[in-house]
Amino acid sequence: MLGHSPSISVLIADDNMTDRMLLSSIVRRQGHHVLQAGNGEEAVKVFEQMRPHIVLLDVMMPVMDGFEAARRIKALAGEALVPVIFLTSMSEDEALVRCLEAGGDDFLPKPYNQIILAAKIHAMERMRRLQATVLKQRDELARHHGHLLNEQRVAKAVFDQVAHSGCLGAHNIRYLQSPYALFNGDLLLATSAPGGDLHILLGDFTGHGLPAAVGAMPLADVFYGMTAKGYGLAETLREMNAKLKRILPPDMFCCAALISVSVNRRVVEVWNGGMPDGYLLRQSGERLPIPSRALPLGILSPERFEPTTQFYSVEEGDRIFLLSDGVIETTNHDETLFGVERLEAVLDRNQDRDRLFEDIREALQGFHGESRDDVSMVQVKVVDTASLPPVALALDRGQPTPTDWSVNFEFRAQTLKRYNPLPFLLQLLQEVQGLKAQSGDLYTVLTELYSNALEHGVLALDSSLKRDAAGFAQYYQWREERLRQLEEGYVKVGLTVQPEGRSGGRLVITVEDSGAGFDVASTLARVNEGVAYSGRGMKLVKALSHGVSWSDDGRSARVEFAWGAEA
Amino acid sequence: MSAVTASPSEDGRKLTIHIDGRFDFACHQAFRDAYEKPPRPKDGFVIDLGKTTYLDSSALGMLLLLRDYAGGDNAKIRLENASSDVRKILAISNFTQLFDI
Repeated sequence: MLGHSPSISVLIADDNMTDRMLLSSIVRRQGHHVLQAGNGEEAVKVFEQMRPHIVLLDVMMPVMDGFEAARRIKALAGEALVPVIFLTSMSEDEALVRCLEAGGDDFLPKPYNQIILAAKIHAMERMRRLQATVLKQRDELARHHGHLLNEQRVAKAVFDQVAHSGCLGAHNIRYLQSPYALFNGDLLLATSAPGGDLHILLGDFTGHGLPAAVGAMPLADVFYGMTAKGYGLAETLREMNAKLKRILPPDMFCCAALISVSVNRRVVEVWNGGMPDGYLLRQSGERLPIPSRALPLGILSPERFEPTTQFYSVEEGDRIFLLSDGVIETTNHDETLFGVERLEAVLDRNQDRDRLFEDIREALQGFHGESRDDVSMVQVKVVDTASLPPVALALDRGQPTPTDWSVNFEFRAQTLKRYNPLPFLLQLLQEVQGLKAQSGDLYTVLTELYSNALEHGVLALDSSLKRDAAGFAQYYQWREERLRQLEEGYVKVGLTVQPEGRSGGRLVITVEDSGAGFDVASTLARVNEGVAYSGRGMKLVKALSHGVSWSDDGRSARVEFAWGAEA
Repeated sequence: MSAVTASPSEDGRKLTIHIDGRFDFACHQAFRDAYEKPPRPKDGFVIDLGKTTYLDSSALGMLLLLRDYAGGDNAKIRLENASSDVRKILAISNFTQLFDI
């Protein structure tokens, strides 16, 4: 015996009153509520008003036949399933097929068999409920999805406030990123350091959605905060790693490539932890890979994380190109990866670097025919700093400022090994209101003097090494080795600030090192003739500050910065 | 479909986990069960990647979870029989510094 269907309302349309009454009483006896109609038109009208759950339609009726009525009722029902069962004495296959084609769900031959009728109503009711449930769940899903998209939009707007405090819009940066890359775990940040160096980070969090986006926030904060204070890549990386290690669960981490482009010094510094090879694309056509040499961020404990960066010399017009794994991991229909070889073939073929992204996208489309939403690319062109927007200055908040003081620091070997004193010194000088307008130049000069004292003085590195690419790499390798082995030596920094006139003043910086010194006169002569590869630093210092001088056989450098009453 | 199976060594001191097919997020629960359910092996874990066709970043995350479970910096985990494709992925992320491969 069939289980009883719960009571539903059933519309019965038949022009033959006897048949209609007979069927009605059977259906009523089975516990359902019955509505009646004498032809198709009436049936449509009753359906419109009463919305019965199931409709039983005689095929041949005056005014409007069952086929037409079925079509109209189905149209009125819309997405909801209203099962239509045709009542027919026809038995030719063709007629039965027409019933189904007209939108009927089943048919019931006359004379009626009560058990079959009950079974069909039961089955149709089950289908109707299933369809209703699916629709309800679909609508719920659509509502949730709408909520989610809205939340992502809001989260993205908040994040953009953080992320776009940087300089991704600078004219020498080109990038390509899906608008929702953040929720794929992709992250792209760029900002200027106080001396005008450009720092860029392309990151890729494991995982998708909210967890990835949540990790991006503190990472961006550290990146912008530390870069603005004048910290270098190594310190910034250490801080980012420590922060991510602390806040992320063990299975989450962030692959990242971080670069610093120094136009003044014509140097690019890079670090790659877990990202695909980036590339240095030289104006000359030469292509150097920037491979991943480190574990991603957020895996190693702070004690074990020791970032080692690589340095490359660059010229104006050279470019650095970074990309996410979405590019090389794009697959075609046979599950073949796009891969590094195909990417490098595009890099070789590409004539116009400004069209590089387009060429890569075309190659990806040609390979696959379907674009992924997690493809991120960025390229930075080495250009003159003067063409870049000025670094934003801190506003004068009207705080009293120290005007007459001097300090002396001595940084000894154990400190020089790991600690970068420049952000600290800059922070101190930022207190002097009159110097704020020059803080970029100030930072550049301080950086040059400090690295000269450390590298040429304390570490006794010969800058003529940097003549060619091989020597350049050698220079930085020795720099690292000698720093690691450093046992003695010092760099002394003296700062003196004195007022001049009503609101003007003067800063004198002295930097002294424990090295062997150098022949100041002949080095300066070579710099002026433009023959020395290494003279860039000295030239820069001369151009950016007042009254540079060296004493004590080059072991001590002295520069001045002055500001007037209106500065 | 991928399959994750765990087989302890005869003396029970080592646990070998085999991953056949794609090692990705779909294996998450199976991989976790494979190392959490058997008793903790004294001599560490071996991950047999001989029949692993592909490995993604969530698999790297799962390996880190296992590393955490097995004692973090003191964990003894060997990755064996990795194909050149799988090895490449491990090399890009420099997981060679964390695991014996």
